[in-house]
Amino acid sequence: MAVIEIKNVAKRFGSYQALHDINLTIDDQEFMVLLGASGCGKSTLLRIIAGLETQTTGEVWIGGRRIDHLPPKDRGIAMVFQNYAVFPHLTVFENIGFGLRMQKLPNDEVKRRVERTAELMHIEQLLSRYSGELSGGQRQRVAVARALAMEPDVILMDEPLSNLDALLRMEMRAELKGVLAESNTTAIYVTHDQVEAMSMADRISVMHEGRIVQAASPIEVYRDPAERFVAGFIGNPPMNFLPAEPTGAGQWRVAGQTLKGPDLNRPLEFAIRPEDMTLSDAGLKAKAKVVEPLGAHLLVTAEVDGTLFRAVLDSDLKVSPGDVLTLAPTPDRIRWFDPKSHHAVQ
Amino acid sequence: MNAETRSSGRFLYTASVVLLCAWVIVPLYLLLINTLSSPETVNSFPKPFWPEFDLGSLSFFAGFEGMLTALKNSILVAAMTMVMSIAIGAPAGYALSRFDFPGKGLFRLLILLTRAFPLPLLALPLAVMFIRTGLDDTVFGLALVHTTLAIPFSVLITFSLFSGIPIELEEAAWTLGCTRLTAFTKVVLPLILPGITASAIFAFVISWNEVFAAAVLTIENRTLTAFLLQNLDTSPLHLKFAGGFILVVPALIFIFAVRKYLFAMWGIANR
Amino acid sequence: MNARYLPYLLILPVTLFLCLFFLYPFILVAQQAFYADGGWSLKNFQDVTSHWKFPISFRNTMLLAAAVVPVQLALALLMATMVTRMQKGRDLILYVWTIPLGISDLAAGIIWLAIFEQSGFLNSMMSGLGVVDRPVNFLSYQHPGIVFLAIALAEIWRATAIMLVILVAGIGLIPKEYYEAAEVFGASPWKRFTRITLPLLRPSLQTALVLRVILAFEIFAVVAALGGTLFPVLMGETYAYQFDLLNGGAAAAMALIILAISIAFTLIIMRALRVPKGATI
Ligand SMILES: Nc1ncnc2c1ncn2[C@@H]1O[C@H](COP(=O)(O)OP(=O)(O)OP(=O)(O)O)[C@@H](O)[C@H]1O
Ligand SMILES: [Mg+2]
Repeated sequence: MAVIEIKNVAKRFGSYQALHDINLTIDDQEFMVLLGASGCGKSTLLRIIAGLETQTTGEVWIGGRRIDHLPPKDRGIAMVFQNYAVFPHLTVFENIGFGLRMQKLPNDEVKRRVERTAELMHIEQLLSRYSGELSGGQRQRVAVARALAMEPDVILMDEPLSNLDALLRMEMRAELKGVLAESNTTAIYVTHDQVEAMSMADRISVMHEGRIVQAASPIEVYRDPAERFVAGFIGNPPMNFLPAEPTGAGQWRVAGQTLKGPDLNRPLEFAIRPEDMTLSDAGLKAKAKVVEPLGAHLLVTAEVDGTLFRAVLDSDLKVSPGDVLTLAPTPDRIRWFDPKSHHAVQ
Repeated sequence: MNAETRSSGRFLYTASVVLLCAWVIVPLYLLLINTLSSPETVNSFPKPFWPEFDLGSLSFFAGFEGMLTALKNSILVAAMTMVMSIAIGAPAGYALSRFDFPGKGLFRLLILLTRAFPLPLLALPLAVMFIRTGLDDTVFGLALVHTTLAIPFSVLITFSLFSGIPIELEEAAWTLGCTRLTAFTKVVLPLILPGITASAIFAFVISWNEVFAAAVLTIENRTLTAFLLQNLDTSPLHLKFAGGFILVVPALIFIFAVRKYLFAMWGIANR
Repeated sequence: MNARYLPYLLILPVTLFLCLFFLYPFILVAQQAFYADGGWSLKNFQDVTSHWKFPISFRNTMLLAAAVVPVQLALALLMATMVTRMQKGRDLILYVWTIPLGISDLAAGIIWLAIFEQSGFLNSMMSGLGVVDRPVNFLSYQHPGIVFLAIALAEIWRATAIMLVILVAGIGLIPKEYYEAAEVFGASPWKRFTRITLPLLRPSLQTALVLRVILAFEIFAVVAALGGTLFPVLMGETYAYQFDLLNGGAAAAMALIILAISIAFTLIIMRALRVPKGATI
């Protein structure tokens, strides 16, 4: 059982507050992805869990044991680094066996476990090579194998695929997910690639400026963003926003149209995903500016009431720049945000 | 640019390279001729322009009163300097490359100041201090002064060496069950060892070549440089040349041994 | 071990060592220099500067530095640009050119003694060519110019290598793209040297010059080997005060004078070659 509990963790670098009061629980054997823009504090949080960085305040618990005062080696974790950190002076075999040797396991046990993990990562033919003789993808596999060979309770990964080319990334993504599912470890995976996050995660924690703004399943993060930031960050193209004025009794005025919404009496922001609209007789009037046929569908960048607005439409439609489209939002996909607090409104 | 000017440019270039190599090598060759000639030839005129391979001068050197002791002292002092400057300097180099700490700027200033200061001048007060502590005229006392001389280099060189080793390698070792110490010995040390050796040799040569402090601080236990300096006016030519030759040989080996690191260490130490 | 204290623990040995063997003796030198006849005074300085040999040794040291350092700088720059263009044999050439780096000033003096002494190679060659009938005693007071030349040549021969190493390392840090860009814009090799190499090399030039100039003021053993008492220099006078005249106060004063000159020149070089903030590579 390796539940990870992060309680009120904050981190300052001098006068810069990198993390604000982080609270997060990661279940046993869960695959948690930390997602966020560059500089939002993902690595810092991961390194605090690993013990490579000391939090300013707060506690970290793993498997019911408080570990934030322990050195990295006593935390029951293994880590995969962004640039792999494969030891250049050791062979692949000795790299994978490094942690086992530190535990002073007998030789045959080391050999058995190294060979098994090497097989798992498909690098058994590379065992006698040095890191200088490996490709980026192979080095990546060695780094993962080295972590897995430790049979850790928790495996921490900081953008492990970011140095690979697109194709290899896709391949490794699937493979890594499979291997980790089999190994019964709890995993925390840092990335700024939302496709990677969506495809791998059991749960995604979206981070923004040192805070976790939403921790939920990929589909929930996509469908029900808890904050305007998440709505704008996740999805490509991102969600559309328009100002909305209440006209009473749950009716809202959005770009000259009347729509049904929450029964509140203050201005809100209307939000809709580009693919959640259809061409129809009644709806938002959008003047097409740029039309991009993407094969599977048509991406139209338009203007609604002077605001930039995107729609993903069927690729059979004929749309030219200058056309005025009438777009009807799918009612149950409409989301509302408070313009002041930026929180979602039910 | 036509072919003619290009080929004449190439000729000029090659000629200058050859000329500059000759500029370095010919004086060394002339010293070699003198060393490998009999004392009579060395003092005769005119000189031959090739060596007669006579070991007379060298054996005279070996037999000269006090010369072998001086050679032994030189080696001892240089070896001590080498060990001390690395043992004391390398931890500081590591600290500079791995930590940001208040006072780091001040510490670097102290190191640079030491490098920029005409250090042999300090031999004068140290002589007084050593007499009080009984370190005067000892090999160890001189090694202490030479270590002061070599330390700025050993700190700056090891600093740049350690900076060349990604911190992630150490961090990976920590997550794989190492303490700070075992991560250092199992990961950093094997990677850094050739560079450390180079910087140790550098320290050796700094001490080996130092004249002023050695002359000031030793009387009975002269090093080779101090001994040669002291007997410069009185010793015969063939003794000077043989001694000079013995001084030069380690230099040839030294530059050969560290040639790979010579440029890397200055490249970073500059900033 | 707490990571907060670890760096201090690591720099502690060096700091202690330098305090004991650098700062403390430095204070002692200063004290001794300003102390005479049982009180603080400038007497030591007055004594050494009013000695008849002082202006001569001061002038000699300066002349030597002025003659040697620019030549070394030019040579080192030439050699450094030559090796960067080199494809094969680069390592061998660099090895040969950096050999003098490991050779002490005393050994260098002795090497050039072999050339300039009365029965040396220069005389042998000249008589072989029939230029002179009898060997000339170059290193004597009849030939002060040749004594100066011999010392300068020995210094240039010995100490160009340290500048070369620093400059080659510095050139290695300049990204190749700058040269390629300049070439695309049609800059000639000479323009590339003056417009790219020289400005970007400023930090290395600074280091090389400071180090060289300081060492130039400390010149001692080369002079002792080649000129002896014919060519007094500041460092040699310091040595003489300490040993021949057994006047520690005067020696300390001389040491401080050399230090002051070194600091003055270091500041001038740093100022002349300062790198504007943010204009580094
Ligand atoms: N050692 C440090 N000293 C000072 N500031 C730091 C330090 N480490 C990180 N920071 C700052 O903390 C913030 C968060 O950094 P962090 O490395 O966690 O970002 P990240 O989310 O991992 O970004 P990326 O996706 O680019 O890796 C950044 O603004 C960074 O500048
Ligand atoms: Mg990061």
